[in-house]
Formats: sequence, structure tokens, C-alpha cells
Amino acid sequence: MDLDTQREAVVEAVEAVAARLDEEKEYLTELDSAIGDADHGANMDRGFGAAAERVADADDDPADLVKTVGVTLVSEVGGASGPLYGGSIMKASQELDDGITPEATVAFAETYIETVENRGKASVGDKTMLDALTPAVHTYKKSIETDDLEPLEALAKAVDAAERGVAFTTPIRAKKGRASYLGWRSVGHQDPGATSTLYIMEELLDVAANYLDGETELETDAEADVEPEELEEAAEAAEGGDGAGGA
Amino acid sequence: MKKLINEPEAVVDEMLDGMVAAHPELRRLDGTEVVVRADAPVDGKVGIVSGGGSGHEPTHAGYIGDGMLDGAAAGQVFTSPTADQLSEMIQACDGGEGVFCVVKNYEGDVMNFETAMEMAEMEADTEVDYVVTNDDVAVEDSLYTSGRRGVAGTIFVHKIAGAMAHQGGDLSEVKRVAEKANENVGTMGMALTSCVTPEKGEPTFELGDDEIELGIGIHGEPGTERTEVMSADEVAEHLTEAVLDDLDLDEGAEVVTMVNGMGGTPLMELYVVNRRVQQLLDEHGLDTWDVWVGDYMTSLDMMGCSITVLEVDDELKELLAYSVDTPALTVADEE
Repeated sequence: MDLDTQREAVVEAVEAVAARLDEEKEYLTELDSAIGDADHGANMDRGFGAAAERVADADDDPADLVKTVGVTLVSEVGGASGPLYGGSIMKASQELDDGITPEATVAFAETYIETVENRGKASVGDKTMLDALTPAVHTYKKSIETDDLEPLEALAKAVDAAERGVAFTTPIRAKKGRASYLGWRSVGHQDPGATSTLYIMEELLDVAANYLDGETELETDAEADVEPEELEEAAEAAEGGDGAGGA
Repeated sequence: MKKLINEPEAVVDEMLDGMVAAHPELRRLDGTEVVVRADAPVDGKVGIVSGGGSGHEPTHAGYIGDGMLDGAAAGQVFTSPTADQLSEMIQACDGGEGVFCVVKNYEGDVMNFETAMEMAEMEADTEVDYVVTNDDVAVEDSLYTSGRRGVAGTIFVHKIAGAMAHQGGDLSEVKRVAEKANENVGTMGMALTSCVTPEKGEPTFELGDDEIELGIGIHGEPGTERTEVMSADEVAEHLTEAVLDDLDLDEGAEVVTMVNGMGGTPLMELYVVNRRVQQLLDEHGLDTWDVWVGDYMTSLDMMGCSITVLEVDDELKELLAYSVDTPALTVADEE
């Protein structure tokens, strides 16, 4: 798809994520108050709200728009989530410099998750956003590279994987982030970072369905006039936007 | 709680305005909570920067000046500065030889500094490196950290890194001495009372009139144990022994000690504590080369102190003795 359409899709995705986080901020804060410091909902809402405003008027390449989202989150979210969500999007945005292709979106997702892991010094099973992000990224990559699925279908599978990952955070003990200080008392609580990550991915899928053709498990009115790249971009943005939670 | 505060959310901004008004050799970067030397960047010198949450004054901006820091970023109270401001600071302090960041080990600080260094590399090709200080021997993991916390011993790292940069050391030499200092320093603190953050306006934690907390963190985060009130000598013994246990020094080792006030303790009491600290070091057969007593790394108005011991060799002694001129610390030129 052409650059204008890509740009439009990125802006639409950021706006959809901002609207969703605004809706969910109280629930996210409730989750965070159980095992964290009760600011995740407000911080993410503030960050994506500012990012949506920033990209709405921008006239940049899609990669620069995604970078702007990252830089905005870094400055507006603060704490550990700023660098985890924003810094990782910022770094991964370089993968989109030559345009948003399926390959580029996979590279984006991998750089994003690698940055989250390095920065948070966390891994799967620590009860952080990585529990949603890791299965989602692996599923997306395999769906594109090995199973040769349409990007929209790959993204839908990634969202499913993220959903299972979020459920997985409830019964386990936190090993990273503020929640880890609670030790066993963190068991039984769903991780707020994994949860916000899932919301972001769900919105990306929703927006991608407006641009890409293909099967998803959601009811969509996908049109055939857009190329798959946009979906992947949306997927990457979703993955990038997610992960702050625990690390 | 009575405080000399206008609006809690304006405390950091108004503090920095007042600080640069008192020290014309400092300047604030527009639109940020970053303070740098008025003449930054200094050409041909590695820039030394630090930063972290506010509430630890004179840390960090109080140590800006010739021979120590080039810049310091102030976050909100007990909250890391954001990476975009840290990146601006790094770029403003790059005199062409790169910038070295001294970061206390708190997750928010470390992540924001790491992100900021990536931003400075991406945006300005700034060469950067860093040390994460973790001198607190009290707890291994804590509310805000993986691993040990960075506390008052960080000031020795500022001093040593700053002197090396001022002498013309390159980025790798600065890093080497900063790491050497960090590896040879240990600190442990205690609280008589909780601090009161401006936003909350009441004590962060409850401590009974007859209780003290040992191993307290500089944000009022939990330490190792609560005990009945002890005498100054007993506190000095408890903290000093814990630090010496951790450092495991050979007899005859040369050390620098710091008795640091947490913000609400009179200097009189810090000297009383120091008296016993020095007796203990003698009893251990250690050779005290220098003694620092004062408020270096505070926790707002917390009453209490920390004790720091740094083992020094000839190189660290030379760097500690090197002249420095900052609002909070002055070492005169020997010549």
C-alpha cells in the first residue's frame, strides 16, 4: 500500500489504542493497585493520548510516526513503563525505515521484544508484559515466515496468543518489577502490563482489518484494496506499544 | 505537616529555579528539570552526568562544578527523570569526548538512562558509557531494585569519575575508576523517623516512638529490621559492622568513611555517630585516610544516617584529593 495509506493506518491505530486505554484506565489501575503502584492505567492513558495528538498533525513517513509514538511515550509515561514501551517502540521503528513490509513488521516485533527483555532484564514467566508479548511475537513470526499466512490472519493468531499469555500471568509468581517484591502474594493477580499489551494488540487487529484482506476471528469488514504490509505495521505497533507491565 | 512548600507539584521546578539563582555557575536547560554547568559542554573533556528522583539534595545538582558533575537531571520526588530529558542532558554535556553517566541502581533510573543513552547515540552520535552504583549492603533486592541499591557511596563515585575526567582521562579511564570505586564501597543506613513526601504530606511509613529501622532505603523503602531505639554508639556499631562484613577488608587497609545525614538529623548527632565509627575502624586495624561528615545523600526530612566505607588505593586517594568546586562540596587546590 502507498505511503499515505500506511500513514493513515498508523494514525488510526494510535488513535484506537488511545481510545481503548482511556476506556480501560480504571481497570488497569485496579489491576496495578493489587500488585504495583496503581498508576499504570493513568500513565498509559496519558502517554497514548499525547501520542495520538502528536501523530494526528504529523506529516512524516510511517517509520517516523512510529518513532514519534515511542518518543512521546518515553517523555509522557515516565517510570519504568516509559522506557519499556516507548524506548522499545523508538528503537524498533528503525526497522520500518525502508517501508512497512511483512518482513519489516516481523523485524520490528523482534527488535521491540528484544529491547523490552534487555531493558527489563526479564523473560517469559516473570509475570510481566513479556508473557503476552513473547507468544504473540513468536506466533506472528511463524505465521508469516513459516505458515505463509496473510498478515491479518497472522495478527489475529498473535492476539489469541497474547490473550492466553495474559491468562497465564494470573496464577504465577512475579519475578520482575514492583510486583516481585510481593513474592507469593502476587499469585492470583493478572499482570497489568500484559493486559494493556493485549488491549493494544486488539486495537491494532481491529484497525488492520479496515485495511487488510484476510480471515480473522473478529467480525470485520476487511476490504481488499489494501496491502498486507499495513496490517503487519499495525501488528508491530501493537506489539511495540504493549509491554510495560512488570519489568 | 508544616512545610515550606507552595504547591506540591511545583516543588521540583521551584527548587531548581532557586538553586540556579543561588549559583550563577549553573544553568537550567530550557523546558526541562536538567541543570548543567553554565559553560557546558566543556570542550575536550568527558562529560560526567548523573540524575535521579528529587528529594536527595544536595544530590545531584549540588555536585555540579569543576572536577565533578557537568550536569544533573532532577526527576519528581523519588521518581526517575524521563529518558528524553536525560538524553538532552547527555547531549548538552558532550564536549566531543563522550559522556559518562553515574546511575544509582533503581529500575526506573537504570531503564531511563539506558533509553536516554540510546536516544543520544541515535540523535547526536554521542559516545556514552555508564556505571550503575550499588553500594547499599542492607538488602539484596528491594521494592525498587534488582540487586543492591545505590545510595550515599555514589557521591564518592561522582567525585572520582569527575576528577578523572577533569585530569583528561578518556571515557574508558573514567569508567574504570568509577567501577573501581563502586566495587570497593559499602553503605548501610537507618531511620529514626519516616520522610514526608510533598505530594502525600504525611509520613511514608509508620515508625513507633520507640522504634528505629535498620537498613532503610533513601526513599523510605523497607530495610532489614525494626528494633527498639538504640544509642548512637549502638547504631554506629550495627551499621559499621554490617558494612565491614560486606567489604571484608584486610587489616591495615586504607579507607575513607562517610557519616551521611538523611536530611532531618542535626550535624551534632552525626559527629556523635562518627566518633564511635572512628573508634571501631581503629579496633579493626583499619587506617582512616579521610573522613566525611554531613548531609550528602538525603531522604527529604528523614531523621537518621548512613555509614559508608570506601577502601582506597593511591589512585583513588589522588582522585578524591583532586580539587573540586561545587555548591555542595569543595576541595581546595593543594598548590
